Amino acid sequence: MTAVAIEPATETPARDFRLIDSTLRDGSHAISHQYEVAQVEAIVRGLDAAGVQVIEVAHGDGLGGSSFNYGFSKVNELELVEAAVNATTNAQIACLLVPGIGTVDDLRRVRDLGVGVARIAVHCTEADITEQHIKIAHDLGMEAVGFLMMAHMNTPEGLLQQARLLESYGADTIYIADSAGALTTNEVRARVAEIVGGINVPLGVHAHQNLQLAVANSIAAYEEGARNLDGTSAGLGAGAGNCPTEILAAVCEKNGIVSGVDPLALMDVAEEITRPLMPRAQVVDRAGLLLGYAGVYGSFLLHAQKAAERYGVSQAEILLELGARKAVGGQEDMIIDVAVELARKHAAMEATS
Amino acid sequence: MGLPVAIIGSGNIGTDLMYKLGRSDQLDLVALIGIDPDSDGLARARSLGYEAPANGIDWVSENPNAVKLVFDATSAYVHVRHAKVLAELGITAVDLTPAARGPKVIPPVNLMEHLDAPNVNMVTCGGQATTPMVAAVSRVTRVPYAEMVSTVSSKSAGPGTRQNIDEFTRTTSKALEEIGGAEIGKAIIILNPAEPPILMRNTVFCALPEGTDHDAVRESVISMVADVAKYVPGYRLKQEPVIEEGPFNTPGGVVPHRVVVLLEVEGAGDYLPTYAGNLDIMTAAAVRVGEAIATHQEVSA
Repeated sequence: MTAVAIEPATETPARDFRLIDSTLRDGSHAISHQYEVAQVEAIVRGLDAAGVQVIEVAHGDGLGGSSFNYGFSKVNELELVEAAVNATTNAQIACLLVPGIGTVDDLRRVRDLGVGVARIAVHCTEADITEQHIKIAHDLGMEAVGFLMMAHMNTPEGLLQQARLLESYGADTIYIADSAGALTTNEVRARVAEIVGGINVPLGVHAHQNLQLAVANSIAAYEEGARNLDGTSAGLGAGAGNCPTEILAAVCEKNGIVSGVDPLALMDVAEEITRPLMPRAQVVDRAGLLLGYAGVYGSFLLHAQKAAERYGVSQAEILLELGARKAVGGQEDMIIDVAVELARKHAAMEATS
Repeated sequence: MGLPVAIIGSGNIGTDLMYKLGRSDQLDLVALIGIDPDSDGLARARSLGYEAPANGIDWVSENPNAVKLVFDATSAYVHVRHAKVLAELGITAVDLTPAARGPKVIPPVNLMEHLDAPNVNMVTCGGQATTPMVAAVSRVTRVPYAEMVSTVSSKSAGPGTRQNIDEFTRTTSKALEEIGGAEIGKAIIILNPAEPPILMRNTVFCALPEGTDHDAVRESVISMVADVAKYVPGYRLKQEPVIEEGPFNTPGGVVPHRVVVLLEVEGAGDYLPTYAGNLDIMTAAAVRVGEAIATHQEVSA
């Protein structure tokens, strides 16, 4: 099978940074992976028209994420990816892959559909499991982005070391992701400054809203030298949500930072397409804030809610316990373990009281 | 006198296996073979009085009559070459890499079927830990879809695993289907760097079709856990098996329920500390297979 030719983006105005939109990947967590083709097409068209350069599409846990553990996709992600590729005019379509969940076979399949950017995501201390995937993404002619998750769980120096590994495998761009939305602005600054000074490829930052700092942290990251920023329409995403792109674009304009995207057009997408499909408001409620406060992987939020209902225990208690156990991204099965154990403990306490 | 055997590969797995073979009555370890004379594994082998050559598979070719069985704990890529050499020499191979040149063996499920195979494959650590659970469910009900999630401590995942993590997911998901009896299998592996290191954890989900006898599923799982624990003493249920209500829109169709089996594996602490249950389950299963082959060869000889 021959790969679909990927057309380079048409002439774009000079930009101070590149915005990567993850509404159709990270946003998938917030709707329990129930995206439909028509929604994907509408969002891609809206983002593309607003000037977004890269749009990421996949199950929230990356290619191959559809599972008992992370939730089954309503529509096969390959259909969604194909719909996105067909709906875009200028923007490139990206996919995220977490080694251990998906495989290079998934990369080959989406490359054949016309995906141009592969984001290879890994826990922030385990970069050495991505070598194969980064090299194959390159061999397939894709831009390879190395994506270090849960960046609050490593030091600036430790992250730089991991970033250098990714660079040595051939990563074209490196990202740090605050997957738990746990980093303060100063912590973001320290991490970005350290890494930017030690690598020769552009750095990006993926922020979450759990401490209500996503926009501030993204701007701070830019000021320290990050030249890629992630966000989602209306902040749709895991936990309390991502960096809302329409707000980021507005703040950039006021700060004289050229985002290359149209804030008004993004506001329209957020209001007219994204918000109507949200099952719940993307706000920093108690559970969302607890994620950032306790440093818990954002995608655990809705799974913990479900387990809390199933086993009659508190969602907050589950999240705090997951933080205490230092669960990393992908360990959604631990939520069931914690919920069952809490239910058992409570039952034992009731029996003795 | 037991069956003379060698281990090739002096990394975490090979070294752990060395300690376990030292306790076997049916198997006599002759050599731990590596490629790096300065490796910790070879140094330990020397101190225990085993041969510890550093010329890899060549040592076996040069000493074709020294051993009857070789445990290969190198890597999938390397084992492909070793498999050929061992086959030509008529030496049985127990393959601990995900290369899968021979039939996959999960002791409590299909060990007796493959005692004459020239090359048997031990699947993966996660496959050893979870395939028996899927088989336990599929012996009482149809399993349209099964999934396993293995979480291992970062410290216990060696370079072989890290460089080829896709092999783990591919080989394991196939084992869930071919040996576990699931119509569709999926495998996920997570590395967790927490300090102190976590014990190996495995979660198995099986889709349960309408009309499944849930008590029979629970009982079958509990009995299979006991069977595995006979050769992996640290293998245990973290919680009682739970049946959760869906519906679940699995790749094998919509089902009303799923069973969730939460397991942990505490290692024997032979080479790496007890957190590395993932090493332990592989090496303990390999010893079990080697001993069964030794007994079988003795009977048929």
